[in-house]
Amino acid sequence: MNVILIAVISLGAIGLISAIVLYVCSKKFAVHEDARIAQVAAVLPQANCGGCGYPGCAGFAGACVKAADAGSLEGKLCPVGGASVMEKVAAILGMEAVVTEPKVAVVRCNGTCENRPRTNVYDGARTCAIANATATGETGCAFGCLGCGDCVAACGFDAIRMNPDMGLPEVDEEKCTACGGCVKACPRHIIELRPKGKKGRRMVVRCVNKDKGPIANKVCAVSCIGCGKCVKVCEFEAITLEANLAYIEPQKCRLCRKCEDACPKNAIQAMNFPPRKPKVEESSEPKA
Amino acid sequence: MKTFKIGGVHPAENKLSAGKAIVTLGLPKQAVFPLSQHIGAPATAIVKKGDVVKVGTKIAEAGGFVSAPIFSSVSGKVNKIDTVIDASSYRKPAIYIDVVGDEWEEGIDRSQDLVTTCDLTPEQIVAKIKDAGVVGMGGACFPCHVKLCPPPGAKAECVIINAVECEPYLTADHRLMLEKPEQILVGVSLLMKAAKVGKGYIGIENNKPDAIKLLTEKAKAYPHIEIVPLKVKYPQGGEKQLVDAVINRQVPAPPAIPVNVGAIVQNVGTAYAVYEAVMKNKPLFERVVTVTGHSLPNPSNFLTRMGTPMSQLIDAAGGMPEDTAKIIGGGPMMGKALMNAEVPICKGSSGVLLMNDKEASRAKEQPCIRCAKCVGACPMGLEPFLLATLSELKEWERLEKEGVMSCIECGSCQFTCPSHRYLLDYIRYGKTTVGGIIRARNAKK
Repeated sequence: MNVILIAVISLGAIGLISAIVLYVCSKKFAVHEDARIAQVAAVLPQANCGGCGYPGCAGFAGACVKAADAGSLEGKLCPVGGASVMEKVAAILGMEAVVTEPKVAVVRCNGTCENRPRTNVYDGARTCAIANATATGETGCAFGCLGCGDCVAACGFDAIRMNPDMGLPEVDEEKCTACGGCVKACPRHIIELRPKGKKGRRMVVRCVNKDKGPIANKVCAVSCIGCGKCVKVCEFEAITLEANLAYIEPQKCRLCRKCEDACPKNAIQAMNFPPRKPKVEESSEPKA
Repeated sequence: MKTFKIGGVHPAENKLSAGKAIVTLGLPKQAVFPLSQHIGAPATAIVKKGDVVKVGTKIAEAGGFVSAPIFSSVSGKVNKIDTVIDASSYRKPAIYIDVVGDEWEEGIDRSQDLVTTCDLTPEQIVAKIKDAGVVGMGGACFPCHVKLCPPPGAKAECVIINAVECEPYLTADHRLMLEKPEQILVGVSLLMKAAKVGKGYIGIENNKPDAIKLLTEKAKAYPHIEIVPLKVKYPQGGEKQLVDAVINRQVPAPPAIPVNVGAIVQNVGTAYAVYEAVMKNKPLFERVVTVTGHSLPNPSNFLTRMGTPMSQLIDAAGGMPEDTAKIIGGGPMMGKALMNAEVPICKGSSGVLLMNDKEASRAKEQPCIRCAKCVGACPMGLEPFLLATLSELKEWERLEKEGVMSCIECGSCQFTCPSHRYLLDYIRYGKTTVGGIIRARNAKK
């Protein structure tokens, strides 16, 4: 009888003391999390891809709230959710949504098996990072795509795939969220995030070869040889030539397609344009 | 018999050209000198198109303290300064010289007489070595004078000469020891004097009994130089392994270097180059190169002027066999497959190895069976299977903790792996990345 009573009393006392300690602690050391963070996180896609530059969606939500307190949401973009999600985020935080142009990954190499003859065989680990450190790859081009698929492995959205016939990665523009994973994964910096452009139309120099003309010309049928014809023909000063390589600035390009015609090596490609009319007029303006 | 204590493997020796005396190779039509032939800053060209140069004319100046000047190995006219595909397989800046005649720079002693007396001070010897562009001839091409100037806090006690030549196939050092033993011994005493140490060791693996016998005989006249026969085991030619084998001291993990335990390690070819630079006023512009391979008609050792394309050496050794699948610059363990046979011979080109289809083919990669053979083989006491996996997963922090920076890239793990895993490929990738992270961190401090 007595034993049971002692047990009940002592256990009860321990319980009571613990309850008091826990209560005090929960009040004293309470973590005040901004309620808006959870709200913002709820509208994010929860892909946790890191494309925004923050560690996962929760991290991005925290950053948005902080930015809102500082006054502007500028520079904050969830590439996966795009403008619609950013509008929701802005609404929660009572801010104006900053419109950011949607981007898409572009592979700046057109050295397909046909265009770029094989000169060597690489039999090491099938990783671009290692292949790049070991040698120039299986072709004479020391700048172009190695074809081991580090970008494919890095994509969390199944938006980039190896085309076995070409030996090059292809971007599925519908699925691409411009998270930048492939851009970081490519050891040769071939992939670039470019503004999607009107109706997805854009002009791209699909080459990154910085060798001098004769060498670049020899290793690939569609390499940029740095001749500068495109620079001369461009009326909008959108094309720059640096280290034997032309680059089209997307913000300045007006999609006139003159550079495409001027390029003797077909290194400049017009993407997502409707097929051109048969050769009647030299440089037909694309129909909007 | 002495050897290093941890790990190691025994690849087939295949010293096909061991019995072939060194033959002087003819001059090339055009010599190409890459400006980056050594570890450290690339050299800067000091000649321009149209300049006339002689054999031994300085054509590029050292680009810093850890760097080395480059000398022309031929006489003729500078054709152009352009790029060339070098042993890294990438295009690098290089000087092209069209060969005309064979006129040597005055002041170079071309006689074969042995010079043994040297009145120079240690500082003068180091300066001479530096000005002659001497770098480590074993393959890593670390500028020789840098090793002779120990960092503050470290004191050299002995010079250890690496005459191990543990790479299979290669015989250049072996032949040099048989044909120029006295010059090598003088070179070693010069290195000892320059480093201000009283003891020198020459470590030779006992698969070269003739070299051990000859050098022991000749070294009787040099009481401070000891010939140390070593048990055959790869990678005994690694600095740290050699220090362990010869004087039984263990070099701590990087950034520690052999001189932290009192040893300066130099290659036997470097000792010969030092002799020529100091005693004969001859800068480094030629070296012994082994050209070898099972399908090659006549594996040989050539005394080659630098800048000669490898194809000329292959032709001189009987021509490229039809079944050649890989051309390796260096030995089979640490050498590098080359993009083509036109790669020029550089200061670090110890060998050209032609592998046939069968030898060159890489077996299919299989899953790791956790047999731990790689752990047993690693001469640095690392766990290669773990390092390779961490590198594959890009776990850089963990990789650094597991000691990836200690890896000497000897390839013993990959050699011994029964599953033919690309262990070294991944570890080297991880080591490069972690090295970059460490440099960035140190730069921030």
